[in-house]
Formats: sequence, C-alpha cells, structure tokens
Amino acid sequence: MSDIVLSVENVSKLYRLGEIGTGTISHDLNRWLAKIRGKEDPFSKIGAVNDRTQKAESNFVWALKDIDFKVRQGDVLGIIGKNGAGKSTLLKLISRITSPSTGLIKIKGRIASLLEVGTGMHPEMTARENIYLNGAIMGMTKKEISRKFDAILDFAGCTMYVDTPVKRFSSGMRVRLGFAVAAFLEPEILIVDEVLAVGDAEFQKKALGKMKDVSQREGRTVLFVSHNLAAVKDLCKNGMLIKNGSLSFSGTAQETVLEYQKIVGGGNVYFHEGSIESAIGNNNIRILEFSALPTVGEEINIESGINVLLKFYNSKPNINIDATFELRTSDEVTVFHHGPLITQKNDSKTGIYNVTFKIPSKLLNAGNYYFKVIFGENQRYVLYTNPDLISFEVQNISIGSNSSTLPGVIRPNLEYAIDFNYL
Amino acid sequence: MNQKETVMKEQWDLIIRPYRNLFDLNFKEIWQYRDLLGMFVRRDVVTVYKQTILGPIWYFLQPLLTMLVYVVVFGNIAGISTDDIPQPLFYLSGIIIWNYFSECFMQTSDTFSQNQDMFGKVYFPRLILPLSKVVSGLIKFFIQFILFAGVYIFLLIQGVAVMPNLAILWVPVLLILMAAMGLGFGLIFTSLTTKYRDLKFLVQFGVQLVMYATPIIYPMSAIPDKYKTIIFLNPLTHIVEAFKYAFLGHGSLTAFGLLYASGFTIFILIFGVLIFNKTERSFMDTV
Repeated sequence: MSDIVLSVENVSKLYRLGEIGTGTISHDLNRWLAKIRGKEDPFSKIGAVNDRTQKAESNFVWALKDIDFKVRQGDVLGIIGKNGAGKSTLLKLISRITSPSTGLIKIKGRIASLLEVGTGMHPEMTARENIYLNGAIMGMTKKEISRKFDAILDFAGCTMYVDTPVKRFSSGMRVRLGFAVAAFLEPEILIVDEVLAVGDAEFQKKALGKMKDVSQREGRTVLFVSHNLAAVKDLCKNGMLIKNGSLSFSGTAQETVLEYQKIVGGGNVYFHEGSIESAIGNNNIRILEFSALPTVGEEINIESGINVLLKFYNSKPNINIDATFELRTSDEVTVFHHGPLITQKNDSKTGIYNVTFKIPSKLLNAGNYYFKVIFGENQRYVLYTNPDLISFEVQNISIGSNSSTLPGVIRPNLEYAIDFNYL
Repeated sequence: MNQKETVMKEQWDLIIRPYRNLFDLNFKEIWQYRDLLGMFVRRDVVTVYKQTILGPIWYFLQPLLTMLVYVVVFGNIAGISTDDIPQPLFYLSGIIIWNYFSECFMQTSDTFSQNQDMFGKVYFPRLILPLSKVVSGLIKFFIQFILFAGVYIFLLIQGVAVMPNLAILWVPVLLILMAAMGLGFGLIFTSLTTKYRDLKFLVQFGVQLVMYATPIIYPMSAIPDKYKTIIFLNPLTHIVEAFKYAFLGHGSLTAFGLLYASGFTIFILIFGVLIFNKTERSFMDTV
C-alpha cells in the first residue's frame, strides 16, 4: 500500500508574454484550426525557458516545464527558488486556480490552499460574519465553522472585537483573523505560500508553531513555499528547488537550502555551473566558486569563524597574480584588506587556482558583510574587480550573560590583565 | 501487482487535467459548497446599504422613483397607452420583473473580472458566485414586490378594477425563467469578457436597449404591426406579458409564448454554464 497523496506528473504551464488581448483572435483561430486538424498547439512548440534574465525570443514562455514529483502522506515539503522561478504557479496549479498546459496532477483527500490569508473578507462586515464567510470560501461548512468558532476567535486574539466591522481593524489584526480561520481548516493537504511574511514577530512565531503542529502532531501533508530559508529548514523534512520553471533539485530540506544558496548571487555561496567562458569575470579571470562558510556549525555567528574559498580560472600565463579581498560591512566600512600573492615571480599558468583562508572566531561583530575582490598583476595593474559577489550575515549569540548586539565593526576577544593597588 | 495498481488508480479523489470534457460538470461539488452560496447572499444583502442613512429603503425608492419618472415621461408627456390599467401598477409590474432580469444579468456578467482577486487565491466552484447573485436578486425582487403589492392593495381599496387571476400560479415559473435567462446571458458575457473586453461596453446600454424591445413601458396592443414580429421574437416579452396578465388581467399568457421562452432560456442557460465551465479553468491567465 502506497501512501502517496499528491502526484504531479509531467506538469507544464505555458504563458503568453507581453500584452494579452491584442491580436488574440488570430492566435485563437490558429489554435483552433490546429486542434480540429488534430495537431499540437502551434504556440506551445516555441515556448522559451522561463529565465527572466534572458531576452525573450518568443512570445510564449514555459512558466513550468515537466515538473514531476510525488508527496507522501505526512510529508512537509518546502519549495524554494528565486522570484519568478515558478513556485507560485505550481501552487496555483495544484490548488486548481488555473489549469496546467500539459500533465496530470492527482490528489488524495481534501486540499486547502493558503495563497493569501483572509481571502474574500469584506471590510464592512463584522469579524463574526467574516469568519463564516472566509471559512466557507476555504471550503468549510457552516456547521464546522460554528464548532470551531470560539477557538478561531481565541487564536486570532480578537474576542473583544467580534461584532466590529473588519475595516476598523488594523492590518495586522486582519491578517491574524484570516490566518486563524485557515489554521482551523482540517484538510489532508495544506498548501501555504509565503503568507507568513506579514504580521509581527509574535504572530509569525505563532503561525509557524501552528504549522508545525499541523504537520508533525496531526500528520498532515504540507507544501510550503517561502523565501525564509530558516523557516523552511525548521519546518520541512524535504525540499524542492525550482529554477527557471523546472525542478532542479530535490532532497532533504537542508540539502535543498544549501543548493539554493549556491545558485543565488548575494548569498554566502556562489557556485558556477557550465562552461568557463560563461562564468562571471572577464577575459583575464573567471570566478568559478566563491564561498564564506562557518568553520564550525551550521550558521555563521560571532564564534563560528569563517572559511573563505575562492576558485578562479586564470588565462594569462607568466605573470604575477595577486588576489585582494576587501571585507566590508553593509554600511561600506572596510573591515580589512587581505591581499595574498598567488604567484611569486612571473610564473602564473593558465588554469584553475584555489585560494582559501580563515577568518578567526570572535573577530567579526554581528552584522552584514560582503567581499570585494580585486585581481591584480604585479600588484599594480587590475585584471578584474568584482564589487560584491558574496555577502553573509554574522549572527549574534549570547556570550555569558550578554545577549544583546554590541556596537562596533569588530568584536575581538582581547586578552587583558587587571592590577590593583590600595592608595 | 497489476491488480494492485488498478486499485491504486481509483483511489485518487481528484485528478487535474490540462483539458476537460466540455460536459464535465461537477454538480455534487456545487452542492457541497451550498453554505458558501448562503454566505455570499448574506454578504450581498448585508453590505449593499451599509453606512447609508436610508438603508434598505433604497430597495423601495429605486423602483418607486423609476415608476414616477415613467408615469410623467411615458404616461403623460408621450401619452403611451397602458390599456386602461392604472399607470402606477402597469409600470411598477413591468419594472420589478424587469429589474430582476437585469439584476441577474448585470450582476453575473462581471463575475470573473469582479472577483479575480479572490479567484486568484482560492478554489471553490466558480458557479457558486453567479448563483448567489441570482438568489440575492430574488430577495431584492421580493422586497420590491412588497412595494408593488402595497400599491396594488391601496388601489384596490380605492375601487380600481384590477383583479389577480389564477395565472398567478405561474409566477414562480416566470421568476425561474427570468433568473435562468439572466444567469445564462450573464455567464456567457462574463466568460467572453475575460479575454475580449469589448463586450463589457455592450452590457450597460445593451440591457437598456433590450428593455425598450420588451413591453415594459407599453402594452402589446400599442405596438405597430411592422414591429410586432421583433417584439414577439424577444423571449422576454412572453415572460413579462404573462407576469402582467397574472396580476393585472391585461397582457397575454399563451402556451406557445411560455414554451418558446422556456426553450430559449434552457438553451441559453446550458450554453452559458458550459462556456463558463470551460473559462473558469484558465481565465486567471487571460483576465
């Protein structure tokens, strides 16, 4: 007996780029002609890959292409990817808001999607009326809502305002009310899209806790889309990475988050895939890999220490190369300047060099940092400069009784001595 | 092993396909969401006149003022006959039954564009929304009917010779026909306007134009012969005429008229539901 509750089979979604509504009658006629002659949709052949950085060659784009995966009962699947990669489109297909262009989606059990909280709430109606309305929109029956009504009000924390029109609520309260209704849905499969990005910290904690409850204690299946990598790692067992409309990686949530950080510039890991010529850089130098990872543990914090790795391709033989690292804070303060010589006496070779060094623990203070890297010849001529390929955040942790962030760019652990004399 | 797989395949509660059979309608699902229909009706009724001083009185005022304008403009200035029926009753009966049709049509004809935010975020059988408009329109009709009944009884006491007759039993059928036709046309219009907005401009004055092609402000007897066929071909004519006949004794209730109107309505409704059903699956991409 298999316990697969959601099976997505070769699903693709084709979208039309540009303005919709002009000249579509001719396209429609074309399509219709192809259809009655039993041919394939003439526009689906020319669909481009969903990569928003490239200039479109055709008017049609595959927002999703051949997505294929299965989800087991009780699984909590985190779906991550860059903006516009197709995550939300996928959720929309699964929650039946729009239909796929090809492929099948099979679902077992009731499915509820939270692509937004408080959908359909009417500002003129009271909280009570809105709970019923929103609950019914989400697929609950009146009886079900009545049964859970008090619990919903309690969770939202607005028992006092039950007969006040929602338009008098603060936006935070409205979100709380909406989430509270959703939290008491009892679907077999719950789909959540980034709704936690709103609301205050306390509410986010509450919402995440509720989701954890739903998945771990009640054994429900959850699909969770978020840019909050910490939340994905915390909540999800498995992960899935969507890149340019196709499934590029799936594995445990930890692995997926790491994989994601590799493809996203601006994170603490840059990793180039593909030919050397297409890597970032110029004709002299191409950067293949650049990362700042904690020496110990999972996250970079004030005690972890940082291993920095730079892997680059050099095309100029027989010169003297140096690579200069400038560590800067997000407020443009240069923390240090580190310029290791790669070669000593005009003997560089064409090929790949690796540079590694370690930033000791208890040196950097908590905050955001980034690396500027300059490749030079004979310490005089610049071969290539990259202003900010990788960045990272140093987390604060409490040391002794002090848990707050201290001022200063660095937070060194200085050796000290105390001498005391009576007068 | 093979057997096990076939059993597995039957266990899926829902299979989402790229294309669906045109006639693949899920009425069971609509029934499951009947509570939602009730909520939408409630929302419509409760919120329309929120923060207005007169509140639900507007339900009365609108047909009342329209009637007064008709009495002045069509009855007195233009001098169009009302077949000896007191003008207020004649116009009011036409106005309320027509209002129900136009309410059903206008309110459902922008279902997709009005609700795209909601439709883009959550799934429920989309047909629930236009259906709820038909029901809330019916509530509005009943309120306006009370006004009509009030005027009717008042005039009866004054000794005006109008009497309802047994044809009144047909009124529920007439209302269903009106609702179904308004809904059918509304569904067609909203489905087509998701992609081609042009029709939107037609809705507003189209309803006005059709009203003049229906015996609302004039009796059948006042129509010159050369226009009779057009008016007669308009299926709404037969419903409005039957309604007037039931309450005022003037007008016509013919078996042919009702059959013609029913056939037309059924066709429009089925066509509307099918095209709506097809559109709802992908309208988020084109709206």
